[in-house]
Amino acid sequence: MMRSVFPVLAVVAVLIAIWYAAAVWLNTPWALDKAKRAEVTLSTSDLIADTWAQDKPKLPAPHQVAIEIWNTTVEKKITSKRSLIYHSWITMSATVLGFALGTALGFALAVGIVYNRVMDMSVMPWVIASQTIPILAIAPMIIVVLNAVGISGLLPKALISMYLSFFPVVVGMVKGLRSPDAMQLDQMRTWNASGGQEFIKLRLPASMPYLFTSMKIAMAASLVGAIVGELPTGAVAGLGARLLAGSYYGQTVQIWSALLMAAALAAVLVGVIGAIQRVTLKRMGLA
Amino acid sequence: MSEPTVPQSQPPVIKASNLDLTFQTNDGPVHALKGVNLDIGKGEFVSFIGPSGCGKTTFLRCIAALEQPTGGTLTVNGMTPDDARKARAYGYVFQAAGLYPWRTIGGNIRLPLEIMGFSKEEQAKRVKKTLELVDLAGFEKKFPWQLSGGMQQRASIARALAFDAEILLMDEPFGALDEIVRDHLNEQLLALWSRTGKTIGFVTHSIPEAVFLSTKIVVMSPRPGRITDVIDSRLPRDRTLDIRDTQDFMDIAHRVREGLRAGHAYD
Repeated sequence: MMRSVFPVLAVVAVLIAIWYAAAVWLNTPWALDKAKRAEVTLSTSDLIADTWAQDKPKLPAPHQVAIEIWNTTVEKKITSKRSLIYHSWITMSATVLGFALGTALGFALAVGIVYNRVMDMSVMPWVIASQTIPILAIAPMIIVVLNAVGISGLLPKALISMYLSFFPVVVGMVKGLRSPDAMQLDQMRTWNASGGQEFIKLRLPASMPYLFTSMKIAMAASLVGAIVGELPTGAVAGLGARLLAGSYYGQTVQIWSALLMAAALAAVLVGVIGAIQRVTLKRMGLA
Repeated sequence: MSEPTVPQSQPPVIKASNLDLTFQTNDGPVHALKGVNLDIGKGEFVSFIGPSGCGKTTFLRCIAALEQPTGGTLTVNGMTPDDARKARAYGYVFQAAGLYPWRTIGGNIRLPLEIMGFSKEEQAKRVKKTLELVDLAGFEKKFPWQLSGGMQQRASIARALAFDAEILLMDEPFGALDEIVRDHLNEQLLALWSRTGKTIGFVTHSIPEAVFLSTKIVVMSPRPGRITDVIDSRLPRDRTLDIRDTQDFMDIAHRVREGLRAGHAYD
């Protein structure tokens, strides 16, 4: 255990050190500007102290972000509009719903591609084309169009998440469902297995390792989709809204704390998939 | 070349007359099988031997209805091979054990039984019985990777036996195993054959293996794939590995080798 913890802590320590140094570098001009207008000269230590304690720094220092996160999670009721937990929850709901829809869509398309020759020839180019369109360009359209037909709130964001997350699932599952070799398929034929039996007993279990790897990528993509989906909604709620509001008012500390929350949320969600993967594959004797 | 050993009263289990199979490839047609005639009687142990490309595996796959002949007739149990497949007339053992890594040994043997709709109790009974038959009792709960290659191949034989098909088709099942393990498995296979009385079709590269196991040895030759010799073995059905030092054994092995050489002379 210690052997794996120490390298991780060492890397984190180095990153934080670089972060502090970068904060000094980026925030010094503003600190000097302030000092000049107040007609005081700063000692080096005063200068450094100032760069780590500005209200709207170019780059907030780690402890500033940590305090902001503490104040907006532990210190606030989770029902408060200022609570990051509340905003994370909003984003997570859209992420998980979009992920579920995307995985289902990806799975269905993969089955179609594997079993239907017409779909095999026609669907994949469209799937790939769909991912070449910048999500930032298409997200507002989806929000606006769905809003016009009376759908708002969670679902439009989830649909943007779905748009991003179905792709890795399609690609992974097509590969996974095709992973049984010719001999295994011949074997099924010698037992006169039906198409359904071949799918349930051979293709599906064989595709499980591929499915979980795809789902991890899909979950991360889904979170990006949910955050992007929150940007054009007028910054009502969610981590995306916090990012947008922060950038409107130059609240860099708020932006960074929302960013770190998003990263933590992604880590938790991908970690959950990883845990399910380990348990499932272990029970299947594959890990 | 040799007198048929099949008693007149019993029709052959497998009967091929003038069988052709031509694959159309980009380099023109490939004659995988040409004019193959063969009768296999009930309870026979027939080996197919020959160099690569002689059509021995293709012939076995035709019997199993995994390939479609392009000419001639082939019947299995008096039916077309495809009807025989649907009637689950045979068990097929492939070159690789091909056990599902996500299923235990017991689960792998249960697989064809689940597909064929046996009841749960019947499945458990048959898994236990076939595991004993291949000497793997006690390994039911193990996963394939926990077993050696030879044990995995035995498990795959158990799987082919589990649904009690009268015919067992084996495509170089011991090809990837070392000599000692192969000898041991050959003995076990003979014991299993004499206990169950199944009809066995066995593809191999090895002359000693073919002579040791078979009541009938079919020597084949490539381009086009055809039968060059059919040898009915005089060796007794009950045999041990010691029989390989007898004159009879060596005579048959010699004839097989001559047949293989004659086939190669065309190259």
